[in-house]
Amino acid sequence: MDFFQDPVGFIAKLLTDLLLGFGLPAELTGLILTTLGVFVVATFGLTLPLALIWWERRVVARMQDRVGPNRVGPEGLLQTVADAIKLLIKEDITPIGADKVVYNIAPILAVISVLMMWAVIPFAVNIYGTDLNVGALYIISVGSLGTLAIMLGGWASNNKYALLGAFRTVAQLVCYEVPLILSLIVPVMLAGTMSMQGIVAAQSNYWFIVAAPIAALIFFITSVAETGRAPFDLLEAESEIVAGFHIEYSGMKFGMFFVAEFLHAFTVGALTATLFLGGWSGPGAEQYPILGVIYFMLKSALGYFVVVWMRATLPRIRIDHMLDLNWKFLVPLAMSAVVLTAIVAKLVEPWAVANPWIVALALFIANVAALFGALSIVSQMARGMRRAEQAQAAPAVDHHHADAHDHAPAAAH
Amino acid sequence: MDALQIFFLVLSAIMVFAASQVVTTNNLVHSALWLIVTFFGMAIVFVLLEAGFFAAVQVVVYIGAIAILIIFAIMLTRRVMTDNTPQTNRLWPLAAVVAIALFFGITTTLSLVPFGVSNTPVPADELARMGVALTDPNQFAVPFMLTGVLLLAAMIGAITVARDDQA
Repeated sequence: MDFFQDPVGFIAKLLTDLLLGFGLPAELTGLILTTLGVFVVATFGLTLPLALIWWERRVVARMQDRVGPNRVGPEGLLQTVADAIKLLIKEDITPIGADKVVYNIAPILAVISVLMMWAVIPFAVNIYGTDLNVGALYIISVGSLGTLAIMLGGWASNNKYALLGAFRTVAQLVCYEVPLILSLIVPVMLAGTMSMQGIVAAQSNYWFIVAAPIAALIFFITSVAETGRAPFDLLEAESEIVAGFHIEYSGMKFGMFFVAEFLHAFTVGALTATLFLGGWSGPGAEQYPILGVIYFMLKSALGYFVVVWMRATLPRIRIDHMLDLNWKFLVPLAMSAVVLTAIVAKLVEPWAVANPWIVALALFIANVAALFGALSIVSQMARGMRRAEQAQAAPAVDHHHADAHDHAPAAAH
Repeated sequence: MDALQIFFLVLSAIMVFAASQVVTTNNLVHSALWLIVTFFGMAIVFVLLEAGFFAAVQVVVYIGAIAILIIFAIMLTRRVMTDNTPQTNRLWPLAAVVAIALFFGITTTLSLVPFGVSNTPVPADELARMGVALTDPNQFAVPFMLTGVLLLAAMIGAITVARDDQA
């Protein structure tokens, strides 16, 4: 086994031989190696945001016709390091009347919840934290701890804006969990397993984004909403509630919320890659695990790039639109996608063994048809609503010229 | 006593402590947090029993949904930061008697029931087996569907109760 083809497996074997050579029992060696693995994955997760923040700032700057950080280090690469040092030496303030224990637990919980997701994400054929047989469900369950962290942070700060942020958290994160879970069912159904490695292995013939485009889209949108970033950044909407749930946090405690957010955004990319883009699979990835890591990171970076792109392009969604989008569009669409996938996959099952592409093709056609149907229903309803609004607004403008500005937004169309 | 038993005892002690904190803490949000500690301990017990599915469901349902709902309800209904309402009313001795009687009733009943203990490892396809059992008409399909109907009825009931008639 060569170091360059499979570095993790190589080091693990080396360490195992070394520790066994010292005369340690096999169980203890396993325990030490597992602990080391946990440290490696956690350190990877915690240092990744240093690079992500720099990259995101450069990408957003490019989209807004600016340069972005470019002074500290080559191409501004050390800017985040400098920012982190600044955060570390800032005064740590706990507001008067804050609930001290809860106030201090919240940022830690926020980081933990995102970091725990990386335990089940496979990097390559033999590089993964653990392969739970309930991996998909595990992702959902640790994700809900993040919601809790934001709520507690907002509540414990003893600040009205922070509390408003916490309220919005419940409205947004809890609602968007519903279509998130529903869209997660589709790849689980197609793969026939909830294990992340199983889902990656099931995509050897075709990526699930082909067979389940609706589920992939809904998963991506709702995951971005779960991170609480633009256009779904209502939890911290600067122009409305100053900074939302983290308004009172300073120094590294604020930094931890920040790290959690950036890592979560990259985790969205990683999960989309694993569930819908084939994960680490690619040519030669089974023989050379290092190739799998490269494929996986590239696919994840692609997903993360789209998240950044959305953030740089779209304005913040209005709160009633945010709730309407979820309950009136994403939830029904996700439910129909689940039913549709189940029925179509069952109908084409007889041909699945001979030619798995038939399943993908049938599912793709059904999905596209369903998506167009849903969009046409929505656009028809929107047209009806607009017409009703115009009919209502027109006489109002005629009769009350004095206070026409009240109706101006409605009448403008 | 092996490591697993020691771990279980420590975990149980933490859970019992957390559960007692749930009912003795003055601050309602704190008691909700202690409740979460208890739920999390329960999830770990499921992991020790090699029931990963139940551990994940425990966290999703009890921490992700129920505990967050409780905290949210407290935040919306009370003066959130200054809450020092008395914890007992004049009926507390009666409640204590009922609780103690119930505790002994449950423990004696449980100690009388023989639990099937086996050392055979959990089968690898335990999840698939559970799925089949839940949809097999000869096993649990009817109770499973009845539960679904019950939940639907509860949901419709909640909507009816919460609906604003003026609107």
